[in-house]
This record gives sequence, structure tokens and C-alpha cells, in this order.
Amino acid sequence: MRVALFLTCVNDTLYPDTGRAVVKLLTRLGVEVDFPTAQTCCGQAHYTTGYRHEAEPLARHFGEVFGGYEAIVTPSGSCGAMVRELYPRMGERARAEGRGEALAAALAPVAARTYELTEFLVDVLGVTDVGACYPHTVTYHPTCHGLRGLGLGERPRRLLRAVRGLELVELPGAEECCGFGGTFAVKNADVSAAMGTDKVRNAASTGAEVLCAADNSCLMHLGGLMTRLRTGMRPVHIAEILASTEEEPAA
Amino acid sequence: MSTTTTFVGMPASAPPAHPAFPQAAREAVRDARLRGTLRHATHTIRAKRAAAVAEVSDWAALREAGRQIKDHTLRHLDRYLVQVEQAVTAAGGTVHWAADAAEANRIVTDLVKATGESEVVKVKSMTTQEIGLNEALEAAGIRAYETDLAELIVQLAHDRPSHILVPAIHRNRGEIRDIFRSEMGEWGRPAPEGLTDEPAELAEAARLHLREKFLRARVGISGANFMVAETGTLVVVESEGNGRMCLTLPETLISVVGIEKVVPTWRDLEVFLQTLPRSSTAERMNPYTSLWTGTTNSATADGPREFHLVLLDNGRTDALADTVGRQALRCIRCSACLNVCPVYERAGGHAYGSVYPGPIGAILSPQLRGTASGIDASLPYASSLCGACYEVCPVAIDIPEVLVHLRERVVQGGEAVRQGNRVVLRPARGHAAERAAMRAARWALTRPGVLRAGQRLAARSRRFAPRTLPGPGRAWTDSRDLPPLPAEPFRDWWQRTRGGKDTAR
Ligand code: SF4
Repeated sequence: MRVALFLTCVNDTLYPDTGRAVVKLLTRLGVEVDFPTAQTCCGQAHYTTGYRHEAEPLARHFGEVFGGYEAIVTPSGSCGAMVRELYPRMGERARAEGRGEALAAALAPVAARTYELTEFLVDVLGVTDVGACYPHTVTYHPTCHGLRGLGLGERPRRLLRAVRGLELVELPGAEECCGFGGTFAVKNADVSAAMGTDKVRNAASTGAEVLCAADNSCLMHLGGLMTRLRTGMRPVHIAEILASTEEEPAA
Repeated sequence: MSTTTTFVGMPASAPPAHPAFPQAAREAVRDARLRGTLRHATHTIRAKRAAAVAEVSDWAALREAGRQIKDHTLRHLDRYLVQVEQAVTAAGGTVHWAADAAEANRIVTDLVKATGESEVVKVKSMTTQEIGLNEALEAAGIRAYETDLAELIVQLAHDRPSHILVPAIHRNRGEIRDIFRSEMGEWGRPAPEGLTDEPAELAEAARLHLREKFLRARVGISGANFMVAETGTLVVVESEGNGRMCLTLPETLISVVGIEKVVPTWRDLEVFLQTLPRSSTAERMNPYTSLWTGTTNSATADGPREFHLVLLDNGRTDALADTVGRQALRCIRCSACLNVCPVYERAGGHAYGSVYPGPIGAILSPQLRGTASGIDASLPYASSLCGACYEVCPVAIDIPEVLVHLRERVVQGGEAVRQGNRVVLRPARGHAAERAAMRAARWALTRPGVLRAGQRLAARSRRFAPRTLPGPGRAWTDSRDLPPLPAEPFRDWWQRTRGGKDTAR
């Protein structure tokens, strides 16, 4: 099966390790991964900040780049939700504004074929044991767009529980938002930091070494708070844990 | 709605100078006592609501039914409102139409004056808070006594409500005792000697204080949770029974009700009388549900001697004209969205600068009042879009969707209806730099080569990457470290190693 990796602009620029982990993991599972280098950004920050019209060209670009693939996999719950939930909405709005079917038609194929990584593993490949080994204590934060947008449910935890050596501990208040929220983190920095601080304290209270999530944007915010709060915990993307093996452990 | 003009005037009811949300929230975030009180209160009710909802096997169907009933009614609102007017009139009541807060206040003040009374008792009502009725009555020499326990606390403390259902949620027991001790005497029967902060004692003090008012009052003022169009019946749902006193003891009853509160039939109540109590107080059924139709003098003979219904618009038809925003009018004011909101929990209700705080306030106030003021333009951004509000809302209002829609209105302007006129709104001030940055980012991001050049430049100069950012970025680095920049972006690694095939890494 040949799938396109939609890494997201944040991961491409700041978290290449996550991208390498996805490639390693999927290749190990027999999937042929392509990274269309014309890809850029899904337009989520534009859209959610109120710049829908600026997001449209980015969505159209996404449609052109990824339109030809059977499946599009992304290691980001929020960018996945953008493509799957909000692209169709953008198409509808354009139609309602009398701008015709073109946008909706361009976005429909990619919206239908986009999967968040854990969804792709569990639903499409049908695996929960991906042959990983990660001998650490981990607590998992289900990010909002993964949890309430895409409905990832137990998938990430099932994958983590099957990892050898990994001890999964429950995060108190897991379903509460970490306070990142895109431009919210800057526009309402005080409330955002207060939410993040509570999340980090809850994570630290578990005694885990690692705070895991399926979205690096939230982890960037939480990681930035962790070092300030000197918790000694590390934020790690779930792809890096699932890619880690005994022979090639994650850094 | 004939001509298209540029809207330059003030919104229908301009909020008093109130700082924008981030500034207003800053103080609350740093107030450890307030944070503790709010955290405890919201988490307690959150858990109880979840349990009360989980008991109902067909909750999803009830939620969908509630959504559909409200959508249907809003679509045919003109028809149902006329039906309400006819039914109320036939049952001996008088119906008044108020386009805005000023008109509603004028109507109510004149009605009270006509009775010759100088004091009224009030049932807890968001709508009369919205229009500032107590202040208007006071200006006319009429004293309005709040009779809901939490509303009484707010009134005695010369405070503002901070929650839809529990207006004094920001006060703890000790503070309430102090307020009762120092203020009750000013308004009537003083607090008993040696009052402690035991809930039972506080409730008893309030009971004694209020009883005096109920027995004396000849005019009552209320809102309503629902109006049934087929019979002209009004419905008030409450927990304390104080509302029941106000609705039944006075001779004259004046109810101020938003036009979106109508439901077509009694059968429709079946849905909301299940979803409302479970969503708001986590009760299976609320202790008091008062329903009345017209006046005692009519064939129904179950109302007060004189009954006036004031139907309030105050921005609601403007919201109704907005295809995305209109879903906010489905709201039944249960406050479940406040109780699950992580932003409300930290910022507190006062930061929202409106009687409607929390997620629903963030989508309602900028629609009812417009987005011209600093606070109203900042409210759509008072959310991380986590979606917890949408998940609990018993009428399925997609609050994040409306927030994003209103953000668009703030930064890009566009067509809207204000005070019944179709207008073209200018983008709000203070977003010019952001708009330019968004445009530039869009330009760069539709050109992969440009993105790549930027990534390379950043990677090459990463030794010089600052620890703190200038401009708006400072808001990030004030509380959070930046992630370290990698030596090369993913796309360079991909091309250099042909997707990892050329190297073990
Ligand atoms: S928006 Fe929904 S959850 Fe919030 S108060 Fe209204 S009905 Fe309740």
C-alpha cells in the first residue's frame, strides 16, 4: 500500500524526528511511504484565527498535492481534523456564498482519505502491536482535536499498551485541554499558560518520565512549560515511541 | 433590510468600558482564592452532570430532538410569536414588544409606576440582567429585590453575576456570611446575631430576609425558560421555590422574555424538561416547575390578577439573520458549557464583560451587541476551541464553529445585520499587523520553495535563535521555552537520504 505522509509544517520545520519515526514505523509495517515535497501547510492556523479566505488557497494547494493518493497519513490530530472536518465545511461555505462547487469538489477526495496516524494503524492496517519496545513510564494526553474532533478514543492507548517495556500510567484530568489552542496560546497567554501548568502538574503527579501525545503542537506548549517548571519530564510524540525497537531504541 | 450601508454607530447596547478579555482574565488567573473556588465548583457540577446524563439511555436522541425543535421554531419565529401574543391576550394577559433594552426598561418602568408601587420582587432572570432592568427601575425610584439566593448575594454585595445559574459562584461561604452580616440590614431584615458560615444557617438567614419581601410585594418581575405558543403558557424552572413565591403572591406579574424562548407545543416541553435540569443542576427533575397561562380573571384562571408579557428582541433578530451564528439562539441557558470550559474555570465569569459568560457568552454577546467594542471583538478569541462545550450542550450548539465564524467577522469584516439593517462591517481595529502576517504566511506556504528557504535559513542560523521572542511572540516566551531548532528540516533529510533509504537514520 502506498500512502502519502502529510507531516504538517510544524513537524517538518521543528520536529523532523517525528517525521523520521513515522517513516520508520510505517516502512517496518510494510507500507510504502511517500513524502510529496510540494506539501506545505493545511491552513489550520489561518482558518481558526478567522482568515478563512487566506486558508482557502492553502487547502486548494493541499488538494492538488495529495489528491492522487489512496491514503494520506498525518501524525497530528489537529491537522487531521482540519482536513477531515473543516475542509468540507470550507467547501460548503464557498457554495453558500455563491462561489460554486469548485472548492468543495477539490477538497472532497482528500478529506475522505486523510487519517491520523493511530487511526491508520488501528483501523486501516488493523494492528495494535506494532513491534515496538520502549522501556519507560509514560502517561498519555489525548489532545482535543484527536479526542473530540476525530474521535480517536482508545486507539492511542491500545497501541501504547502493546509496546514492550512500556508502563502506561493514567493522566488525571486527561480530557481537559492543555491550553495550546493555536493562536490562543499567544492571544490569551495568561489563561493558556495556566491551563498548561495544570496539565503539566497533573502529568508530573503520575511519576511518569514521558508525557506522550499524538500532536506536537500541544507538546511544544507543554514541553516549553515543563522546562520552566523544572519537572524533569520529557514530551514525546507517540510516533517516536511506536517506532522505537530494541535494536534501534528512540533517543 | 433594504439598503447596504457601512455600520458606524454604536451597538444596540454598548457595554460600559470593559477591558478586552485577555486583560480582564489576567487578574482572575492570578487570584489563587478565586481560582480555587471556581475550580472546586465547576469540577463538582461537571462530574454530577456527567453522571445525571449517563443515566438517560436516549440522551443523544433527546439532544437531537431539542436541536430540531429549536431550529424549527426559529425558522418560523414570526408565526409562533404571533401565536403567543394571541394566546396570551385571549387568556387575559397583555403583550408588549420591545425592540431593545431601552424600550423594554421603559415599558416595565411604566407598568410598575401605573400600579403605584415603589418596590418589586424578582425571580432570577438573565433577560432582565441583560437589559439592566434593576438599574433602570432604581433610576425611576423603584427598588427591585432579587429573591434567588445567589442573585441576592450578588445584589447585597453590589457585585456582578459571574455564572448563568450560580451568579455568586465566585464567592465562598465565608465571604457570603460577611456580606449577609454587613448588608442585609440595609435592605430589610438584618442577618441574625452570630451568623456562621454553615450553609443551613446562611439559607435560613436568607429565608427570613426574603419572606418579609414576598409577603409585602404587590408586583413581581420574572423572565421565563419557555413560552408555549399553542396556549400562551409561560414556564419557569427553578430549585429554591423563591421563584414560585414571586410568581404567585403578587397581584401583578411582569415577565420579560427573549423572543427565542418560544416552543410550539406542550409536547415539546417534554424534551427540555428532561435535558435542562440534568444539564444545569444535574437533577433528574428540578424541584419547582411553575407554569401559568394568562390571568386569574380568564377562563384558565391560573395566573396573577394582572399579567404583562414583554417580548424582547435586543439583537436577537440580527443573530437570527446569520446562518452560522443563529444556532446560539437555541440556547436554553443550562450553563453546562460554562462548567466544562477550561477557560471559564481560569478566567472567571466577570472577564467576559456580560451577563452571559463562558462559551455561550463568547458567541452570544458579540452577536447581540456587535463586535465594535474591545471586549466584544476579543470574546470570539476567548477559547482554545477544545470542543468540550459542544460535547455537553443539550441543544448541540457547535460553539467552536460559531467562535471561528465570529473571528472571521472581527478580522475580515463583511456583511452582517445590525439593528435590522444589512450592513458591511469594517474589520476591527488592531488586527492590521496580524492580517499582513497571515497574508504573507499564505503567500509563502503556497510556494514550497519559499517555505524551504525559510526553514534552511532558520536551521543555519539556529545557534543565534533567541530564547525570548519580540513583539506578539513575547506572549509565548514569557511563560514557555521555545523548542530547539533542528539541524535540518524533515524535507531536507528526506531528499538527502531518499526517504531514509540511503542511511540507517
Ligand atoms: S450553549 Fe448549550 S450548554 Fe451552554 S448554556 Fe446554552 S444550552 Fe447550555
